[in-house]
Amino acid sequence: MTGAIALGAAMALGAAACGSGDSGGGKDLTIAYIGVQTGDNSPELGINISNGVKLAIDQYNATNPKKKVKFKIYDTKGDPAVAPGQVQKAIDDDVTAVVGPVFSGESKATVPSLEEAEIPNISPSATSTALGKNGWKFWHRLISNDDAQGQVDGDFIVKTLGAKKVFVIDDNQEYSVGLADKVFSAVQAAGVTPQRDKIDPKATDYSSTVNKVKAAKPDAIFFGGYYNGGDKLLKQLRDGGVTAKFVSDDGALDQKLVDGAGTKQAEGALVSCACQSINPTADNPAVAKFINDYKTAFHKDQGTYSAEGYDATNAILDAFKAGKTTTKDVNDYLKTVNFQGVSKPVKFEPNGEIQVKTIYMFQVVDGKLKFLGDASKVKPE
Amino acid sequence: MSDNTNKTANTAGWRGALSGPLEAVRTHWDRAPGWERWAVYVLLIIGALFLPYEGLAPVMSPESAWSTILFYPIGIYVLLALGLNVVIGYAGMLDLGYVAFWAIGAYTMATMAVKHGIGFWPLLPCGIVLAAVSGVILGAPTLRLRGDYLAIVTLGFGEIVRKVAENTNWLGGTRGINNIPHPPSHEGVWFAGVDLFTYKIRDARPYYYLLVAVIVLVVIFSKRLEASRIGRSWTAIREDEDAAEIMGVPTFKFKLLSFATGAAIGGAAGVVFAAKTSYVAPANFPFLLSATILAAVVLGGAGNIPGVIVGAFLVAWLPERFRGLADYRDLAFGAILVAMMIFRPEGLIPSRQRKAEMAEGGGGMGHMGAEIDTSGSEAEVGSR
Amino acid sequence: MLHDFTSQFWANTVDGLTVGSIYALVALGYTMVYGVLRLINFAHSEIFMIGTFGGLTLIQVVGFDNGPYTGIALVGVLLACLVASMVASGGAALLLELVAYRPLRRKGASRLAALISAIGASLFLQELFATTVIPHFFGHGGGRDPIHVPDLMKKETLFSIGSGDVRNDKLLIFVAAIVMMIVLDRFVNASKLGRGIRATAQDPETAVLLGVNIDRVVVVTFVVGGLMAGAAGFFFALLYQQTMFNIGFILGIKAFTAAVLGGIGNLRGALVGGFTLGLIENYGGSIFGSEWKDVIAFTLLVVILLFRPTGILGESLQQARA
Repeated sequence: MTGAIALGAAMALGAAACGSGDSGGGKDLTIAYIGVQTGDNSPELGINISNGVKLAIDQYNATNPKKKVKFKIYDTKGDPAVAPGQVQKAIDDDVTAVVGPVFSGESKATVPSLEEAEIPNISPSATSTALGKNGWKFWHRLISNDDAQGQVDGDFIVKTLGAKKVFVIDDNQEYSVGLADKVFSAVQAAGVTPQRDKIDPKATDYSSTVNKVKAAKPDAIFFGGYYNGGDKLLKQLRDGGVTAKFVSDDGALDQKLVDGAGTKQAEGALVSCACQSINPTADNPAVAKFINDYKTAFHKDQGTYSAEGYDATNAILDAFKAGKTTTKDVNDYLKTVNFQGVSKPVKFEPNGEIQVKTIYMFQVVDGKLKFLGDASKVKPE
Repeated sequence: MSDNTNKTANTAGWRGALSGPLEAVRTHWDRAPGWERWAVYVLLIIGALFLPYEGLAPVMSPESAWSTILFYPIGIYVLLALGLNVVIGYAGMLDLGYVAFWAIGAYTMATMAVKHGIGFWPLLPCGIVLAAVSGVILGAPTLRLRGDYLAIVTLGFGEIVRKVAENTNWLGGTRGINNIPHPPSHEGVWFAGVDLFTYKIRDARPYYYLLVAVIVLVVIFSKRLEASRIGRSWTAIREDEDAAEIMGVPTFKFKLLSFATGAAIGGAAGVVFAAKTSYVAPANFPFLLSATILAAVVLGGAGNIPGVIVGAFLVAWLPERFRGLADYRDLAFGAILVAMMIFRPEGLIPSRQRKAEMAEGGGGMGHMGAEIDTSGSEAEVGSR
Repeated sequence: MLHDFTSQFWANTVDGLTVGSIYALVALGYTMVYGVLRLINFAHSEIFMIGTFGGLTLIQVVGFDNGPYTGIALVGVLLACLVASMVASGGAALLLELVAYRPLRRKGASRLAALISAIGASLFLQELFATTVIPHFFGHGGGRDPIHVPDLMKKETLFSIGSGDVRNDKLLIFVAAIVMMIVLDRFVNASKLGRGIRATAQDPETAVLLGVNIDRVVVVTFVVGGLMAGAAGFFFALLYQQTMFNIGFILGIKAFTAAVLGGIGNLRGALVGGFTLGLIENYGGSIFGSEWKDVIAFTLLVVILLFRPTGILGESLQQARA
């Protein structure tokens, strides 16, 4: 059915369409990055990822393969209303595989198009649990979902930190609410009834939230959200005299959390992530090489999700190496892909979720985010 | 239709005596016979139908899918600008929360279709009516306020709608609502390689044609309104509300009507948008979009339909065409708004009547500072 | 819920008055310009935003970033930064009037045109900071990222009222706002220029006949409003230690709400409106949840405009003494 449309369209209008044609044969191999690059929605995060993708492709092309792989960037600005035009462009450009979409919102708006076009896509970063429940066949993600992280964080707060009173706050964003809800229920399941409030990351005055926390006198606070908002909240909590442990998530895993909150205020804050890409254990030579290569190529340190972008690209490149060049063949290959990436073991479940769901914990020590290890095992002082 | 248009255009014609090629075309157009007008209308529609032609894509949008951006942002902006034009251009009221009505239309489609399984076609009138009703609910108490208070209240309303959508679980909160069904398909009606009524995920062209149909209807509707007693009342209100009231125009009633009409058009745009994108979230409806649509209307020429369409097209298309400069888009909009108000407040393609009003310092909400102008310049100090 | 409201009543009162002081100082600018020109100076929020960067510039240029300071040094640094912020905002307000509004006044343009020009100026200033000023002078590239303001003073709780901890910075802001308000009130009521402002607000045509230089009055009005917004900007930066390009948008609407709430055109109304709004927001946030703060503020605006469009203290600058 869709084929008929595409064919009809191609017949009538395809005169100028660039190099479409039968699959196989002399077709270009193109990996597309689809996600934020500019604008208001954490463009740095997107650049971390696209750099990871570019690094992997450049390294592959440097090995002089039979056919070099092209790289294209589609900038969605992280805006679910802008994303469809970019995804459709990628489809029109006949890309072979996609790294992205980066955020959950734009994924909801555009993965159905990729699905219909049968283009394999791997998101390095979209963590909304709902994404995995759509029965999509061409969709994958290289990061565990919010439910996994929320469960681990909830257990961590109650069991590892031994908190008797917990306060859960989120920044009312697409990704944060689901995560904070999961932490809330996980904490509840562990026998502690938390309290709850929300902040607006665009606002600056969080005093009513701070006052609620002060009145509740919690042992631990979980903040679900991004560093922009988390930093102001953390600062105002500490300035307001709240000393409870502050636990947050991958959205806050950025040095800007410390910069914004102040070194003194941020000290000791705990941040979890399904990634381990900031300050990873350098005893793994592959990881050390990745960190080094990245720095050489882009003259800055790799950041959150760089490693995931790199691994996602390598999974696709593995398919190319195995001689899979059509979108369907690449997708079939991804079902079986299994290798040790720099971020984690890369192996997908049948529904596209990553198999290994380890959550890692970081802590602000002397003003820097320090890698602690597997969140279910670490014991921060 | 042509008869009515003819009359107003002619009565407007004597005022704008300025020359220039645009004016020459304008003058010719005013005197053009009915068949010529219809020929142009038909040609324009045919032009719109062939706009998604792929051969245009490398020129028009090398970096985005041309037919997709023809739907959003271009088509949607045009429709929204036409709706806002009824409020600003015709009645001279400033609505700074216009996207709220678009949001109401989109959320009507999203909630009713997803939760209650109602189809697109019954929901289109529903969304329109609901948006119009919220226009009335907002307008009824606030339209008695002075014009600039109205601007701030509508701004507040726009933010309230967005925040309520963010904070209400039933509306999906910030996560929004996805898997909104597409309109029902009727396969097999082909036009230029497009299966016209097959509404699937990827091909944006059927949606674009749907949008063109809505836009054509809205244009006809606006033209009819403009030429009717209602339109003349709006003009009277815009030029001098007090005088209009004294002359027996029920100003409040007509202001409300203008507000509701604008809202209804926004609602229609919302329903169509939600049906295409299948995902709506509060982040789709920021204040900046209201400002952008306002810029489109003002840039093109408030009160003049061709002007408004061109304005919206430019505002939507230029940042997509020159994506590298997109970061400077809003900077340019801001500067353009100020410069336009100083040098060409009537817009790029103004209506003649509107231009004359602007030159006199009218055109909505009375004069600013005219009463304290001491420069003795050429400006006519109004009677107030 | 309601329990939160009672148990945190004093804490929210302290914070409501603090943020209300900032609203009030910004509201003054709206109120004065509206009183004289009948114009909602939509770009006033950006004048405030520029104020937050004014103090920061001084901190960066002179190197006041190894605080916190104490004693005389603290007083000096605070005063210097306050003045820098006020100068930045006052200058920006002056430019705004000359570039965006004066040509329109000269033409006797419609108020719709003036308001659209104001919106344009607001958008332009925000984006100018996001795309150019912040990346070049303040940031590390990201013009849309928040900018951190270094510690100037050590924040300590001085005393407590119930659940409310009165912190030194909050008390300073509250007292300073009231002092500035009294000075301004004296200026408008007792000085020659102030009389000109009141006369113009009351009846511009008669004022002209009586020899008031209207252009000068308008300029003074904009500059004084800008100075107050600049002070608010500095206090904001001191309190939250963060600023960004669009910081003024929401705060501007809130401050305008405060101006309307107190009675637009009325100086003392701005103070009353600011405090009232700050308190209602915080109380409302503690009852309904903090995510409803903005909805509460905007709903309040709509309700006030509907039922008492002249605000709590009544409109107009000439009645400032009432």
